[in-house]
Amino acid sequence: MATMALRPTADIVRRQVVDRTMGALLCLSAIVALTPLALVIGYVLANGLAGINLDLLTKLPKPVGELGGGMANAFLGTLIVILLASIMGVPIGMLAGIFLSEMGNNHFASVLRFLTDVLTGVPSIVIGIVAYTLIVVPMHSFSALAGGVALALIMIPVVTRTTEEALRRVPQSLREASLGLGVLEWKTTLFVVVPSGIGGIVTGIMLAVARISGETAPLLFTAFGSRFWPDGLNKPIAAAPLQIFQYAVAPYKDWHSQAWAAAFLLMLLILGLNIGVRVVTRTGFQRIR
Amino acid sequence: MAAAIPAAPRKVLPLLGAANFHDRIFRGVVVCFGAIALLAIIFVIVGAMVEQSVVSVNTFGLNFIWGQNWDPVKRQFGALPFIYGTVVSSFIALLVATPISIGVAIFAVEMAPPWLGNTISVVVELLAAIPSVLLGLWGIFVMIPFLQTTVEPWFIDRFPNVPLFQGPPYGVGLLAGGLILAIMVTPTIVAISRDVMLAVPISQREAMLALGATNWEATARAVLPYCRSGLLGAIMLGMGRAVGETMAVTMVIGNRADISASLFHPSYTMASVIANEFTEATYDLYVSALVEVGLVLFVVTVLMNAAARLLVWSTAQSSQQLGAL
Repeated sequence: MATMALRPTADIVRRQVVDRTMGALLCLSAIVALTPLALVIGYVLANGLAGINLDLLTKLPKPVGELGGGMANAFLGTLIVILLASIMGVPIGMLAGIFLSEMGNNHFASVLRFLTDVLTGVPSIVIGIVAYTLIVVPMHSFSALAGGVALALIMIPVVTRTTEEALRRVPQSLREASLGLGVLEWKTTLFVVVPSGIGGIVTGIMLAVARISGETAPLLFTAFGSRFWPDGLNKPIAAAPLQIFQYAVAPYKDWHSQAWAAAFLLMLLILGLNIGVRVVTRTGFQRIR
Repeated sequence: MAAAIPAAPRKVLPLLGAANFHDRIFRGVVVCFGAIALLAIIFVIVGAMVEQSVVSVNTFGLNFIWGQNWDPVKRQFGALPFIYGTVVSSFIALLVATPISIGVAIFAVEMAPPWLGNTISVVVELLAAIPSVLLGLWGIFVMIPFLQTTVEPWFIDRFPNVPLFQGPPYGVGLLAGGLILAIMVTPTIVAISRDVMLAVPISQREAMLALGATNWEATARAVLPYCRSGLLGAIMLGMGRAVGETMAVTMVIGNRADISASLFHPSYTMASVIANEFTEATYDLYVSALVEVGLVLFVVTVLMNAAARLLVWSTAQSSQQLGAL
């Protein structure tokens, strides 16, 4: 009897076949999902490496129709706009994150947390319109400043939430130890809690920078783009993603290869930041443990 | 003895008062420049959108949403072609991306060995970081020629009478827009569904497995029903991203304000029309109409995001409560 029961019945065989089949299908879906993404990276690598040269990083764009030239102004412009966005976005985001983590046990904070999450989902083109309304309309000019404001608006919710999460991971006992020694609350927060969570905060900031450095839509009618060197914060400024877009939709072969090369550099920057953050935080966490 | 005790507070109290004062300043700074600033930003965003679109709202009213003509020269603005393009391209994206993405999440969490599952999640998260302008670039030069020369002619030959596959193979069009969006929303849906499934208590699986269930049976009957609302939230977050996505779609959808049943016909989305025409808008009503398109987009994405977050939160919280028990 016992051996009879242990012999696989048709039902068990069927169930095992279903199990294996589903496993295979799910594995297949993983392959299907990763293929186009691998293709994108592969094409950017191949075409980008083919088109890359020193001119790209050192020269201005040539007038339309002439071959050669580079996009040095666009890369410089991207750096300037990112810097502007960080100057505005990081302090506000960090302070809001500190608020949510250290003073966030009330209704106002919950609502704010929820709104921040929703704010991350606002389309970047809408953020572009907002920055246009706030900066471009009163200043009567597209400007680097408007681009910076647009990107800061995108950056703030990201920095806020990552700062909050980083500070929440700081053990409560550290706060209690510090307060128990008679250290004031603000000193505890600034000199005990924040330094303990600084790894997570920096991670968040770097990820936010990685995100905004590829943003194109909010710059279309704020930074606007330019074919010259940056010329003051109240003037239109070039940016690499904008230039890639303009070159990609233009009919010139030479521009296409420059677009691929710039795309390659941008991807390198963004993936580099992302991977760098992961490597650093992993070793960082191990050191804490 | 008794006299010594009151002496101490007299020395400490002023200090404590100062301490209290410093802490209050700190709290004030954090609340003003952190919390209030954030709240102000949210209000400013809403305010700016509403203020700029007032002219258009007053001029067209609800006809704006149902109007099919978008003709800046004649000062006619109806946003239906863009709404149609956005809805259909996002729908295609979700149709393609949802089963695959949830499959990837199930595979990474339930089936694959931990090293493989973790690798897949890390790679997918990295892919979420690729900017949309790069996907658009790839779409223009790789995907569209492929669609135009291979995929679309195949469908047109096989199904000559199906309205979905009518017209010449342009390459650019609703299908191209939908597919590029599918690629873009996959990482979002995978990442959130993975988080949601990881939040399902391990005991759910153990109970099924202990009853003799196979791995798939445990997943299908104990894990997926448990996190149903969270998965729905993940899909909605993906949808929010698809609806608001601008650059990649603008580069491949063809940018023509037509409403056509054919997937191969060039189309236009709400985000793309703003991207393409905003800097060319020469008079106030035109700008205002474009901002109103943005306002519609804003309201739709905010509602979807809010609902999605609530769903994801509810899953996380219910499993936390169960863990506490």
